[in-house]
Amino acid sequence: MTERHVIAVLVDNEPGVLARVIGLFSGRGYNIESLTVSEVDAEAGLSRINVVTLGTPMVIEQIKNQLDRLVPVHSVHDLTEEGPHVETELALLKVAGQGDKRVEALRIADIFGAKVDDTTLESFIFRLDGQSEKIGRFIELMKPLGLVEVARTGAVAISRGSEGV
Amino acid sequence: MSQEMTGSEIVLRALVEQGVDTIFGYPGGAVLPIYDALHVQNSIRHILVRQEGGAVHAAEGYARSTGKVGVVLVTSGPGATNAVTGLTDALMDSVPVVCLTGQVPTHLIGNDAFQEADTTGITRPCTKHNYLVKDIADLARTVHEAFYVARSGRPGPVVIDLPKDILQGPGTYTPPSINGHRSYKPRKKGDIGQIEKAAAAMAQAERPLFYCGGGVVNAGPKASHLLTELVKLTGFPCTLTLMGLGALPASNKQFLGMVGMHGTYESNLAMYHCDLMINIGARFDDRVTGKLDEFAPHSTKIHVDIDPSSINKNVRADIPIVGDAAHVLEDLTKVWKARQHRADRKKMDAWWAQIDEWRSRDCLKYKQSDTLIKPQYALERLRELTGGRDDVFVTTEVGQHQMWAAQFLPFEKPNRWMTSGGLGTMGYGLPAAMGVQVAHPDALVIDVAGEASVLMNIQEMSTVAQYRLPVKIFILNNEYMGMVRQWQELLHGGRYSESYMDSLPDFVKLAESFGAVGLRAEKPSDVDGVIEEMIAVDKAVIADILVDKAENCFPMIPSGAAHHKMLLGPEDQADNPISEEGMVLV
Ligand SMILES: Cc1cc2nc3c(=O)[nH]c(=O)nc-3n(C[C@H](O)[C@H](O)[C@H](O)COP(=O)(O)OP(=O)(O)OC[C@H]3O[C@@H](n4cnc5c(N)ncnc54)[C@H](O)[C@@H]3O)c2cc1C
Ligand SMILES: Cc1ncc(C[n+]2csc(CCOP(=O)(O)OP(=O)(O)O)c2C)c(N)n1
Ligand SMILES: [Mg+2]
Repeated sequence: MTERHVIAVLVDNEPGVLARVIGLFSGRGYNIESLTVSEVDAEAGLSRINVVTLGTPMVIEQIKNQLDRLVPVHSVHDLTEEGPHVETELALLKVAGQGDKRVEALRIADIFGAKVDDTTLESFIFRLDGQSEKIGRFIELMKPLGLVEVARTGAVAISRGSEGV
Repeated sequence: MSQEMTGSEIVLRALVEQGVDTIFGYPGGAVLPIYDALHVQNSIRHILVRQEGGAVHAAEGYARSTGKVGVVLVTSGPGATNAVTGLTDALMDSVPVVCLTGQVPTHLIGNDAFQEADTTGITRPCTKHNYLVKDIADLARTVHEAFYVARSGRPGPVVIDLPKDILQGPGTYTPPSINGHRSYKPRKKGDIGQIEKAAAAMAQAERPLFYCGGGVVNAGPKASHLLTELVKLTGFPCTLTLMGLGALPASNKQFLGMVGMHGTYESNLAMYHCDLMINIGARFDDRVTGKLDEFAPHSTKIHVDIDPSSINKNVRADIPIVGDAAHVLEDLTKVWKARQHRADRKKMDAWWAQIDEWRSRDCLKYKQSDTLIKPQYALERLRELTGGRDDVFVTTEVGQHQMWAAQFLPFEKPNRWMTSGGLGTMGYGLPAAMGVQVAHPDALVIDVAGEASVLMNIQEMSTVAQYRLPVKIFILNNEYMGMVRQWQELLHGGRYSESYMDSLPDFVKLAESFGAVGLRAEKPSDVDGVIEEMIAVDKAVIADILVDKAENCFPMIPSGAAHHKMLLGPEDQADNPISEEGMVLV
């Protein structure tokens, strides 16, 4: 019965707001699979928090209601429930190696459509965006090929069509 | 245009504009500028408590008994941390409180300065909202907003952390904004389609039950009137939670008594067997639901709450209605009348016949004694001897005495009963009684206390003395943490580990040392005299009622059990051992 939901929260860009959201999740024992936050409207002072969470339908409903009652929260959107949406994540991977492994890493990166952002004679930095699950697979493939380090942004998502949140 | 003033003056001006007449507080370095400004004005009365925790409970008592926002002023660091229990209490029980905390000057924040604490960090999970004011230009707006947040929607405590330089700095005052809040706009009107559905379900019901709570009290006296009217109109029975007592007059024939762990047999069996539950402003607390998967298993549930997060949290609602209890009750009554709904007479008669049968078990009966004062007896006498008065306010501490007070004292109106329900904070009752008495100087304010709880904030006797508050502290003294002892008897083989209250003070002398009157009752025949004198003297009183040390509070639904598995008295207790599942619950 556990479902994965992508939730977008529009909040006032004020100190403490992220702590409130994170505190809510930890205090009430909800899962955070990923969370990103950034200002999206400097003039209106609004930030957008994108959070991916896991829970039963009842817990997901609680999460949304609990988020919505926070004073600096303007609106809560469950993109998973609201319909088709585009979801993506960005990852940077550092892969170090020489010889065949290095060639193989580059070949797989090419298949996945990853870009090479930097390279030395012994290493690459790949940049890949896409579904979190695809990034996960890419990481798995890079492990035996000399994966040194991963940085992931966590998912961001936006609904399809002409309507905004 | 606007005149320049100090931050402290801005704060006081904003408080006055918010209708504040009383602050409960305690000074310290960081708030000295406010105390300085307080010293030269007459609009706001400051009540000096003896510990900041007492200030918050006093503000809660003030707020609960008036419907207004209670206001607290404490210093930085230890002043703020002492307030944390009270803030948590107010959060759990939805009490509107604004707490001003001092803070070190902005340039020292984060430096481990003297008496610095991360007050907004510490209080974030125990307030509805909190603010740290870093710019004097935001000060007036923040105070106004704090009051709006504290009292709107589901009420709760709000902290405003005020660095000392902000309090001293020059700034200008701004009145409350006429535009609503940017983001916090709780919904008051219920969805009319849902209300129609609810009314239709009510007309169809065979075994309906109103289950109402603190939300009706929070919605103001009008909501209680509307509830009383709707209960009468429909002919349905009604039960109330601990926090809801007074929302329907206790003398109303359709009132079944309190529901839940120590509620009446008839309320709990009606909960179990009802086919339609109409929950208005109650939050399906675990003290009420007992075992969730056996909770009211045959019922359709209507749930009215102003806070969407209360709905579908513990129990799934079939007809959820988000809105203010008063608004929804008004619309529900309108729809009920307009559609000419009425309950099926025959079915209602059968339901009432069943309820009357449960009632006839007389679940609150107890064995009277000639030698020992039964706590129930003491409360019955208190009820009788204060009967007919319209100005009685009761606060409680936490424990058996609290439950007996809920069972035996009649509340005819909302805002007359102040108790710590959600957090269950021992030490609440005495400071809360102070707050009530400050708000209602001529009323009879009684703290029904346990001897253990009352010691947790006993320093407030000094405040009581200073302001000549004639509060009556009615201690049901069983020399035990009775509620703990009861659980140890039922769940831990009678091993009374650390629940005996050794070395108690002589409460009569204690009272006298604070300039109050001390009275004691040792046998049943003393009780009336003590109560009469307690009421008659125009002074604070501690009445030390030495009650049966071994009395347990019944009825009781053991933790983890369903409503129909109630223990009615000591005779039931032996045959119904508590399940292992129940043992881990609190
Ligand atoms: C020792 C002990 C034993 C206890 N035993 C019992 C017991 O036997 N029975 C019992 O009932 N309780 C008992 N309690 C209390 C219990 O823990 C809860 O505090 C209580 O049941 C909650 O009451 P409530 O459901 O009315 O909710 P409250 O805590 O009063 O909450 C009010 C609800 O109404 C909503 N609301 C607020 N304002 C409005 C409005 N304007 N309009 C609509 N909705 C609104 C809120 O969002 C919230 O959901 C006990 C406590 C202690 C310490
Ligand atoms: C601050 C706090 N600490 C501990 C508890 C746990 N507790 C609940 S009731 C109780 C005993 C209360 O004893 P007393 O005040 O004498 O009341 P009685 O039950 O005897 O009537 C205790 C310790 C609590 N509710 N609050
Ligand atoms: Mg006791």
